[in-house]
Amino acid sequence: MFDAKFPSMDRADLLAIRKGLDSGYREFSRAYGDMIETFFDPLLSFLIWFEQLLLDAPWWLVLTILVGIVYGATRSWKLSVGVFLSFLWVGYFGMWENTMRTMSIITVCTVISIALGIPIGILMARSDRVQMVVTPLLDVMQTMPAFVYLIPVVMLLGIGKIPGVIAVVIYAIPPVIRLTNLGIRLVDKEVLEAGDAYGASSVQRLVGIQLPLSMPTIMAGINQTIMMALSMVVIASMIGVKGLGQPVLKSITNQYFTMGLLNGLAIVALAIVFDRASQAYAKRAQRHMGGLENA
Amino acid sequence: MRDTQIQVDGLYKIFGKDPISVMPLIEQGKTKDEILAETGHTVGLLDINLQIQKGETFVIMGLSGSGKSTLIRHFNRLIDPSVGQILVEGTDVMQLGKKELQEFRRHKMSMVFQRFGLMPHWSVVDNVAYGLKVQGIDKTERRAKAQEWLNTVGLGGYEEQYPSQLSGGQQQRVGLARALCTDAEILLMDEAFSALDPLIRSEMQDQLIELQEKLHKTIIFITHDLDEALRLGDRIAILKDGMLVQVGPPVEILLSPADDYVEAFVKDVNRARALTVDNVMKPPAYRVTAETIGGALKQMKNSTGDYGYYFNKDGYQGILLKETLESVPPTSLDDQLNAENWQVLPGISPDALLEEVIPDTLATEYPLPVIDDKGGLKGELSRDCLADVLGGKSRSV
Repeated sequence: MFDAKFPSMDRADLLAIRKGLDSGYREFSRAYGDMIETFFDPLLSFLIWFEQLLLDAPWWLVLTILVGIVYGATRSWKLSVGVFLSFLWVGYFGMWENTMRTMSIITVCTVISIALGIPIGILMARSDRVQMVVTPLLDVMQTMPAFVYLIPVVMLLGIGKIPGVIAVVIYAIPPVIRLTNLGIRLVDKEVLEAGDAYGASSVQRLVGIQLPLSMPTIMAGINQTIMMALSMVVIASMIGVKGLGQPVLKSITNQYFTMGLLNGLAIVALAIVFDRASQAYAKRAQRHMGGLENA
Repeated sequence: MRDTQIQVDGLYKIFGKDPISVMPLIEQGKTKDEILAETGHTVGLLDINLQIQKGETFVIMGLSGSGKSTLIRHFNRLIDPSVGQILVEGTDVMQLGKKELQEFRRHKMSMVFQRFGLMPHWSVVDNVAYGLKVQGIDKTERRAKAQEWLNTVGLGGYEEQYPSQLSGGQQQRVGLARALCTDAEILLMDEAFSALDPLIRSEMQDQLIELQEKLHKTIIFITHDLDEALRLGDRIAILKDGMLVQVGPPVEILLSPADDYVEAFVKDVNRARALTVDNVMKPPAYRVTAETIGGALKQMKNSTGDYGYYFNKDGYQGILLKETLESVPPTSLDDQLNAENWQVLPGISPDALLEEVIPDTLATEYPLPVIDDKGGLKGELSRDCLADVLGGKSRSV
């Protein structure tokens, strides 16, 4: 009498649900797709402008500025020389343009993630209720396969840079939110109390104490965000984001091992450069914060 | 009489979900443990009533868990009371709105913390200027003022260092300078010296006493160390399990403890270092001012003791013994008193610590005269009396 088969929903009902949701969403995208696209227009023009800027500028200028930024932020000759050499290598193997494209989209995605992520993290740290709502959302964003949320985005906005950016930001933003929240919650209670005792307003408390003191943790979050954005490059290329991801995608379909490897290595080189530079910067910016424990 | 600056009336603090619901149980006289078991609420402070005078150093003493840190945080409302009233210069602190409370904290009170609470990302001078920065005073002005206070606490030259580069004692000096920099009249010090090693701690105590002589702030000082309390406090409040057990000047706490709890505390105190001669001396000793031997004998006739302290126009000279004077032949009764008639016996100052006078007191069988800096005779201190006090007997005054 016990059937081996799970008593699942009737196929017809399931079909009806699917049809209903799909057509509902299609209607929605037909009705509002244009409006939403217009909303993202400024971002799109900025993306194109920034990419063209990196592509049009002479390579030696871009390289000089890059190495300059890295040295300025980290004051490390070793790291600067490393960055210089890896970009020379990337350029020599013919991947300069794709690297510039990837760099432009990663930079924009990182900036968007930080701009959205830090305020969300601050809100989460201030209220347990917000934390209760946001945490499961972040879990979903991090574990849901990227392809799944690519579908509605593509349905809504088509193929191109903006859906790519949205996909990358969804995937990459959780670390910066989580670690901003954590960092602020871990700020030494007595220092905060000192702020309160001297009559600091909540803005003075946030800007003067909480953010600076949680900066090491927030920087770790930003670092993770950059790494995750880079790892999304290949998937983003499937919806038309140009850059180092596309040759990799081509290599998979055509079984070009060397081409895949070279472009993969270029992504790794970018990752290492971003990682080391942001970490060295964070360390330098926090050099006085040690010794809290040996007080 | 000085003005009352802070007044606390019927203050209760209960930690838990619904503190007010527990009040009836407290009124029924249930103990802390019973309330915790029945309702899950922790009673932090129980019926605290205090008056703190302007310009006094008021020490709140208790062991960990006694509620002293909770109590001090009520004065600037870092913690809100469950029931009760806190008046600071007549203003009910509980009635202050958010903005008013901020202003109140900026100008009326400043605080020094046990683990310093310095901002690790700012230089020392910026830390000291923090209170002024919060008030919105511009950078040059606040830095100049911070610099002055840094010099006052002996940290001139450390302006641009960061807290992590300083030792614990230096960091707490920064904390103290920060508190003084806002010119707030009330200084809250939450176990300010407890995290320092003993030598540094005693240096900081000296510095605080020295500063207080100049500044006359109202200081509320929290400590778990009775020696520290006795040294710094004009008055001491002893807190046990959230209740005030005794409030009074150090001598009163030391010599007449209110209950066994205070007595147990007081037992371990080094009385020789905590009490001054003034605290334990016996009142009027016999003073002789006659010029002749006969006159002296006549003056001493009224005295119950067999000795008197001899004063001439140059002040205190020594002790006159009845026995010695009586052995003088009657023919020379009209002779002037001279150095052969009295014994040299050191006088002691009423402000001297008992510790300092032990050797002199033990060296003679006669009580030592207590003489103030104007040369007047204030009392006498015998070795029996000293032995009683140091031996732990309560109340000999």
